[in-house]
Parts: sequence; structure tokens; C-alpha cells
Amino acid sequence: MAARRLLLALPVLLGVSVAVFAAAAASPFDPLAGYLGDRYLTAGQEVQDRIAGELGTDRAWWVQYGWWLGELLTGDLGTSRSYAQPVAQVVAERLPWTLLLVGVALALAVVLALLLGTWSAHRRGGWVDRLVTPVCLLVQAVPPFVVALGAVSVFGLALGWLPVAGLTDAGAELSAGQVARHLVLPAAVLAVSQLPWLLLNVRESLLRALAEDHVVAARARGLSERTVVLRHALPTALLPFVTLVGARLPELVVGAVLVEEVFSWPGLAQAVVTSAVEVDFPLLAFLTLLTTAAVLLGSLLADVAYVLLDPRVSADG
Amino acid sequence: MAERRGRLVAGVVLLALLVGYAVVVPWAAGVDDRVTDFAAARQGPSPAHPFGTDSAGRDLFVRTAAGLRVSLLVAVVCAVLSTVLGALVGALSAAAGGWADRLVMRLVDGVNAVPHLLLGIVLVALYRGSLVAIIASIALTHWTQVARIVRAEVLSLRDREHVDAAVLAGAGRWWVTRRHLLPAVLPQALVAATLLLPHAVWHESTLSFLGLGLPPHRASLGTLLEEARSSLLLGGWWTLVFPALGLVLATLAVAAVGSALRDRAALPRRAVVEL
Repeated sequence: MAARRLLLALPVLLGVSVAVFAAAAASPFDPLAGYLGDRYLTAGQEVQDRIAGELGTDRAWWVQYGWWLGELLTGDLGTSRSYAQPVAQVVAERLPWTLLLVGVALALAVVLALLLGTWSAHRRGGWVDRLVTPVCLLVQAVPPFVVALGAVSVFGLALGWLPVAGLTDAGAELSAGQVARHLVLPAAVLAVSQLPWLLLNVRESLLRALAEDHVVAARARGLSERTVVLRHALPTALLPFVTLVGARLPELVVGAVLVEEVFSWPGLAQAVVTSAVEVDFPLLAFLTLLTTAAVLLGSLLADVAYVLLDPRVSADG
Repeated sequence: MAERRGRLVAGVVLLALLVGYAVVVPWAAGVDDRVTDFAAARQGPSPAHPFGTDSAGRDLFVRTAAGLRVSLLVAVVCAVLSTVLGALVGALSAAAGGWADRLVMRLVDGVNAVPHLLLGIVLVALYRGSLVAIIASIALTHWTQVARIVRAEVLSLRDREHVDAAVLAGAGRWWVTRRHLLPAVLPQALVAATLLLPHAVWHESTLSFLGLGLPPHRASLGTLLEEARSSLLLGGWWTLVFPALGLVLATLAVAAVGSALRDRAALPRRAVVEL
């Protein structure tokens, strides 16, 4: 399974990058106009032709793709126009913030899903259980950006509890306390937007596990309820959960794009939107590739975790 | 059984109300999207403007309806296109078999591995403000689930006795397809299309919300919510609440209809398309 994923990764990455270049070539977007910006209109035809020749934008798209790929392999990612920085620098500055946001949100979602899911399956029909399912179905129907806007208006504007934009207060020094305060809302929103799928999955697999023979046997042996649920039922329920976390990664990335945009979080996902709005092609192309690679890596890790957790699955099956 | 019926009825009624609101209100009001009235800007809900007004003084009751109409229309077109594309690919892949089938299925895996919204963002950024690009970006990323379902259905049908009997009786390939395969696959494809609808609504509104979809004066749920972002800071809660309510109700209604239809068609649970 893991080997098959690795085999899939390379063609997918190549396919995505080729598709991005082909789409750019077929689109009305003119890379020269993008490079020159306002000067495009004032530059004469000769100047335009000369620069196009120097940049190579007059060549066929697959030639340009070849150059781009070659430079990528030598570590040269090009220059981002919208940030006026090398692409590598944009990524280096922003990646840690995105990892922080996504990591905290994912951890929060996983912990909450396990706690609430276990509780509602264990106390089936209790008030938590009766509340959890409809709330989850409702949250599933609300796009992350609406959750984000709702959180901004309630906790940020109406109650004034938490800051709603950026990493720090305006003009404040970058410090752990500042970042932590500013992280609360975006991370909570991102976690909530992913929670329903994870929670319902834990609940459902735990309910199934609780009915299995080995759990019934454990109960019959007179083991405590706590041991039965946590040591006998939960481990079997965790396996599909790990797979689901891996499968939800693309959605987590999508959620991060929206959350970073709403909360002006200076991460990579926000850079995706900026580079798209300004058609900053070198940055957009690289970020597309990077995100795809990250998602593929994440699913690979989920598969590896699955194999490690479940001795019944063989690694090369 | 009764629960499924209730879900279906509730979904259909809610959807009918929403569609009625989306079609009738903009038509009856007959206002141009581009007409602004800054004297009436940012008013809260009142008898004259039940949903309040936006920052350009446009009535949000009308604009939410117009936005819902655009979003639902885009969603329907996207769902139909990706279902047709997915059904074609799935059926051809199953019919071809061998290495072509394996190749197509790897392609499906590949498309699934890429975050859909990301491809949408790239496509729409290159063709800014083009409705065709929005629709294409959604349709091109959502056909894979349908292709899987249709392929599995065709594969399982191919080995059934009544199909074998038809082939042995000398029926042509087209006849078998039309008589035995299509009637079995169509309901599944229809259910898949319904389940795709909420996604398509989400995608369109998300792209427009990010400022990449429709131009701001064109009302769609996404552009309305993008505007809500700045209006919220000035206390305009109604600019968020009403369009968001429209979006959530539309999603819930379509999802209720879709899941009721799915249970009726006895589709496997994992066929539920997850966003």
C-alpha cells in the first residue's frame, strides 16, 4: 500500500505541474504583462519583444516547463513578483506559521474527536451523544469561511475576547504570548471545521467495536468499564480513524487556505491566495506543487501508521 | 423507512422554497446589480429591507436571492457536467478493461490526491472572472467519485446472468448497453449528481469569497460573503447572517435529498462524496 502511494506520487506531481503550465499557456494570462506590471503599457513593442526573448516567454510552454523543472531540481525556485522576494524565501518565512496553525488545529481536532467520540459512543443515547450528531451534521454544512467569519464577529467583535487578525497586535513585538493569543481563533476554527468527520467516524467505529466478540468477552471477564472501552474497544476503532485523518488532509489544506485568508495569518496558504489573485506565476506554480507533495506525504504517513498499528496488514499488500 | 421519507420530503420542500425565493424575488424586484444607492448603505433589517442593505445600498433580500440563484445554477451545471464526465470515464474504463482500465483508475487516484480547491484556485486565477473557468475547475475535479461508482456498477453487471444471456442470444454491444447497463447505472449517476451539488455550491462560493470567482457586483453567495467580511467590522452582522443562512439551508436541503435518494438506491455508504 505504502509502496503504491510512493509510485503514484511522482506521476501525480509531474502531472499537476504540467497541467498548471499547460493551463497557463492556454489562458489569456500574459506572463510578460505579469512580469512588467504597469510598465507593460508604456514599454514599446520592441522592448516587449526583447524582454520576452530574454525571459524566454516567447518560447513554447513545454520548453519553459523544461527550464522551470531544471531550475527546480537545482534548487532555484524563481522570484515571486507579489512579494518581491525569491520564492524560496517566501516559503521559508511562511511555512513555519502554516505548520504551526495546521499542526495545532489538527491536534486539537484529533483530541476532541477522540474524547467526544469515545464519550458519546460509551454513553450512547446520553445528552452528549444526542447533541453531537446533529451539531456535527450542521457544521458539515457550513463552509469553513463562514465559521471563520462567525467566530470573528462573535469572539472578536461582539465579545472582544480575542484578536482576529495577524500574528501580533499592531506594532507589537513578535513573542510567544502574542502569537499564542492570535493563534486561538484560527486554530479553533480550523479544528471545528474538520471535527465533524473525525468525531462521527470515531463514534461509529467505537460503537461497532463495542459489539465485537473480544469486547463482549472482556466485559464477561468482569474487567472494568474503563479498561474495556479504552484498552479493548478503542484500539480497533483507531485504525479507520488513522486512515480518515490521512484522507482528510486535502480538506485540511483547503480549510487552512480559507482560515489564513480570513484571519490574515501570514502563512503559505494565504500566499496561495495572494499569488493567485495577482497571478504571480512562479510562486503559484511552486506552492501548488508543494501543497500537493505535502498532501501525498501525509497520506503516505497515514498508511505507514496504519501498517505499524495493525499487525494484520502486511506492508506490501 | 419513515425517517428516510421524512428527510426526503423535508429536503424537497426546503429546496423548493429556496429555489422559489431565488427565482421569483430577483425577477419581481427587477433591479440591476450595478445600481447603487449610497444614501441607503449599511442599513440593518427593517420592514423596507428585511435583510438590510449592503455597503452600496443594495437590498440584501433581493441580492441574497440573486446570489442563491447564481450559486445554485453554477452548482447544477457543475454537478451535471462532472457526473456526465465521470459516468463516461467509468463506463469506458470498465468496458475497455486491462491496462487502459488500470491507467484510468490510477488517474482517478491521482486527481483525488490533489486538493480540489487548489486546482480550482490555479485555473480561476489564470482565467479571472470567467464563469466557464469556475465551472470547468469544479467539474474537472469532481468527476472521479462518479467514475468509481459507475465503473464498479458496470463491472458487477457485466458478469450477471441476464447480461450473459442477452449476449449469448446475439444481442449487440449497443443493445446490451442501452437495455441492461444504462437503466442500472443511471439512478446511481443521478444520486451521485445530487450528492455533488452541495460541493459545487461550496466551491463556487469559496472561489468567489477569495476574490477569484465572480466579479464583486455579480451577486453570488460567495461575493456576498466576501463583502460581509468588511461590513462585519462596521457592525453589519446581517450581511453575514442572511447569505450564510441561504448557503447553509441550501446545502442541508440538497444533502437531505441526496442522502435519502442514496439510501433508496442502496448505494454503499462510502459512496457519499465528502468535501
